[in-house]
Amino acid sequence: MKSEILKIKERIQNGELTVQDLFQNTMKSVLENQEKCNSFVTILDPLETSSGNLQNIPYALKDNISTKGILTTGSSNTLKNYIPVYDATVYQKLKEVGAVCIGKTVMDEFGLGATGTTGHTGVVKNPWDESLQAGGSSAGSAACVAAGVVPFAIGTDTGDSIRKPAAYCGIVGYKPTYGMISRYGVYPFASSLDHVGVLTRSVYDAALVVDVIKGKDEKDMTSFDSSSIKLVDALNNQKKEPKKLFYFKELVHIDSYENPSEELKQTLKQFEELKEKASELGILICEESLSRELLEAIPSVYTCISCAEATSNLSNLTGIIFGPQEESSDVFEMIKEHRTKGFSPLIKRRLVIGSYVLQKENQEKYFLNAQRVRNLIVQKMNAFFEQYDALILPCSEREAKSLNPKESVTTSDTMVLENHMAIGNFGGFPSITIPNGFVNGLPIGVNLTAKVKDDENLLQIAARLEEMLGLCGQVAGGKK
Amino acid sequence: MYIPTIGIEMHCEMKSFSKVFSKARNTYSEEANIHVAVNDIALPGILPTLNKEVLRKSIMVASILNCEIPEYFFFDRKNYYYPDLPKGYQITQTHSPVGVNGHITIPYQDEELDVLIHDIHLEEDTAQLEHIKDSTYINYNRAGVPLLELVTGPCFHTKDEVVAFIEYIRRVYQYADISDADVTKGQIRCDVNISLSDSDNLGTRVEVKNVNSISNVVAVIDYEIKRQLDLLESGRGEKIEQESRRWDEESCTTKRMRSKEDAIDYRYFVEPNIPKIKIDPQYVLEIKKSIPVLPLERLRTYLNDYGLTRVDANTLLKEKAISDYFNQCVTLGIEPKIAMNWITVTIMGFLNKEGKNISNISLLPEDLKYVIDKIKDGSISSKQAKEAVLASLEQNKKPQEFMKEENTQISDEAKLTEIIESILEKNTSQVEAYHSGKTNLFQFFVGQVMKETKGLANPVKTREILEKKLQS
Repeated sequence: MKSEILKIKERIQNGELTVQDLFQNTMKSVLENQEKCNSFVTILDPLETSSGNLQNIPYALKDNISTKGILTTGSSNTLKNYIPVYDATVYQKLKEVGAVCIGKTVMDEFGLGATGTTGHTGVVKNPWDESLQAGGSSAGSAACVAAGVVPFAIGTDTGDSIRKPAAYCGIVGYKPTYGMISRYGVYPFASSLDHVGVLTRSVYDAALVVDVIKGKDEKDMTSFDSSSIKLVDALNNQKKEPKKLFYFKELVHIDSYENPSEELKQTLKQFEELKEKASELGILICEESLSRELLEAIPSVYTCISCAEATSNLSNLTGIIFGPQEESSDVFEMIKEHRTKGFSPLIKRRLVIGSYVLQKENQEKYFLNAQRVRNLIVQKMNAFFEQYDALILPCSEREAKSLNPKESVTTSDTMVLENHMAIGNFGGFPSITIPNGFVNGLPIGVNLTAKVKDDENLLQIAARLEEMLGLCGQVAGGKK
Repeated sequence: MYIPTIGIEMHCEMKSFSKVFSKARNTYSEEANIHVAVNDIALPGILPTLNKEVLRKSIMVASILNCEIPEYFFFDRKNYYYPDLPKGYQITQTHSPVGVNGHITIPYQDEELDVLIHDIHLEEDTAQLEHIKDSTYINYNRAGVPLLELVTGPCFHTKDEVVAFIEYIRRVYQYADISDADVTKGQIRCDVNISLSDSDNLGTRVEVKNVNSISNVVAVIDYEIKRQLDLLESGRGEKIEQESRRWDEESCTTKRMRSKEDAIDYRYFVEPNIPKIKIDPQYVLEIKKSIPVLPLERLRTYLNDYGLTRVDANTLLKEKAISDYFNQCVTLGIEPKIAMNWITVTIMGFLNKEGKNISNISLLPEDLKYVIDKIKDGSISSKQAKEAVLASLEQNKKPQEFMKEENTQISDEAKLTEIIESILEKNTSQVEAYHSGKTNLFQFFVGQVMKETKGLANPVKTREILEKKLQS
């Protein structure tokens, strides 16, 4: 069966599994996973629910999603004891359908990071190999889903924070079109790029969960009415028509790289294989080109915009209203002390960059130019989407990197291949990562990105490729 | 000869049920921190939702000020740290204000004055800091209250012009229901820009920030003109710096806050959480149509068409409700001067004494018209009318109740004739005596009529009819 969630529901309905057993098994694996990977900031005792589409289905929630009465830290010391007084819309919706939150997951501090190593409760380890990164920022969410602890977890994605860890952990990571899921109650990193999404072990489950958490929210002015988008229906009524995808040759041709590593070669080879197999299914994958300059600009554009917005978004962290308040007779010293003590070095570096690019004398050159390039890339993408159903690319140059920083350096050569998924955030495009085999015995992923509001089509294609690749439902260390 | 040039930035708290980006109530309260939503204290994860009513009102003000209104409405973030600013940024408008390049004509002394409007923009207010002894307390009731900032061009040259402008805009805001514009509640705050020059080029501009009352605006202008003039006349003009100063109430001087070089870089950028809102020109037209007739236009009518004095006109214009009342009276056909007299003397006298509002009285314009008509046709005396109106105001009842038959003068000829005929019939001997020459009996007949009508017979008419009847 394609769906882990439906499997659980069916076993409960058949009487093969009681809710109490489900919860007990879940909590047992939560603790094992916590021991092994450090996925959770907070573990919650499950409480049975009485109704709803996801009744009694356990799940994990990223710790940047506000939960009334439940510690929500953003994996930051600045909020290490902060208990929200209100619920995020996404959490509220999951409660309404009876899903059971069993824990809040570790992330890179406030989502600013791609390694899962900067959370205030320690690094998150990859369930496939504990010496490796889980990827970030939705590190704990990816690690616990990959380990088979829960069938789904909620994450957020500003550059690739759902889709990259999903790739490293061998699972599905999906962020729908910008505005489909409300961001109300989600700690902001960069508001114009932030998306809420889901990590699962099947495309079907991703559809199932997003169907219940999407919707226009009057508390989020950027959300839209997506009632005409029905993801599960789209998968159930899949007609398997011919599809046309494209990739950028600059990223996929081995000759684009001066000294390709064995891992890179293997990653690209597997992409090549997928291409061939897909054509047999009627999914044609064509070569296209985006200028090298534009592709290479992606990381800088992302840095300028995301850091600028983050600088502003995180300015409420002063310790005056919430968070640890520092002692000083001077209020500005209080604020400075709070932020100096509270933030990790990585976040400080990014906040300095953000502030710098917004300064009057720099804004035109950095921030506004970054906006222009962002718009240009989005325009080019929209032009491609006139002809194609989706963009398809490898998620990264290789499998998950080592937790040892010395062994996990990205060369400038592969910088673009490591960062291209931010395109999905630039345009608010729906984007999904699915597992695409292994390199050195560790999972890698492939990413699909489609035009705005074309989520149904995107998921249909992803489901066909998933079926073709045969990795649906895979759990770290072997099939469950 | 140095001429001062002054421009002002006038901040005004708007009237609305909820705050501009949250659902907390927008209301003045003596109790601290009771009108606070999660948005207003910037808890992690909050998002702004724009109050559409506030948007409507700000477009109305932009229309009143004859501004260009942009096709799209959006906001910017002004980033800085201050304990009264919970988010660490203020949502405001710099790139595309709701109105730019406007102008408005205001009444000024016995004439009119044109004022240039640089722009008008919508933003959110900060929290209020209260310094008590060694501590500072933060009251978030004000955080997120909608604020309109009106920026004039450098077009004033005297403090009187500035005061006339502020007073007039306050009145316009009240008329259009934009704001109560109550200075005592801190709803109006101004930044004053002043420069002096003896040529066509403007001098170095000094900004005095956060002046919180009209009397302080006057004091600031007086002080800054003197300070800058002293420097210029003593040949130390270069000492005037482009800087921000503040008014120090204790010393009655302005004090330096920061120079232009130290100006804060607010790192403005477009607020990403509020999508651009397209402003439909049709919507703007509808808003324009709903603008009430403004005080200047009313003043012109009162002076030119109704022949009122400026003092009387201004008394009527102080409050929109009173001016509306007066206009209704005139529409009903009451002579403007007569209506003005009744309103400014009797009605406003009562309202001021009781601290009441004209909208809460039972005496409607049509009732006043009724009373005035009754004086005209002679059915009641002015004195009786005034008594009836006062009784109506005091007991909050209709004046007609105090003008009932038993109490009102009888002027009806037929009725009086009937009464008189019956009296003459009953007193045939006196009638005969009268006819035989005892004409001083006339007073006796009048007395009888008065006795019969309990003094309510119209004496003039009674005499007329008696004379006629006695002659026949």
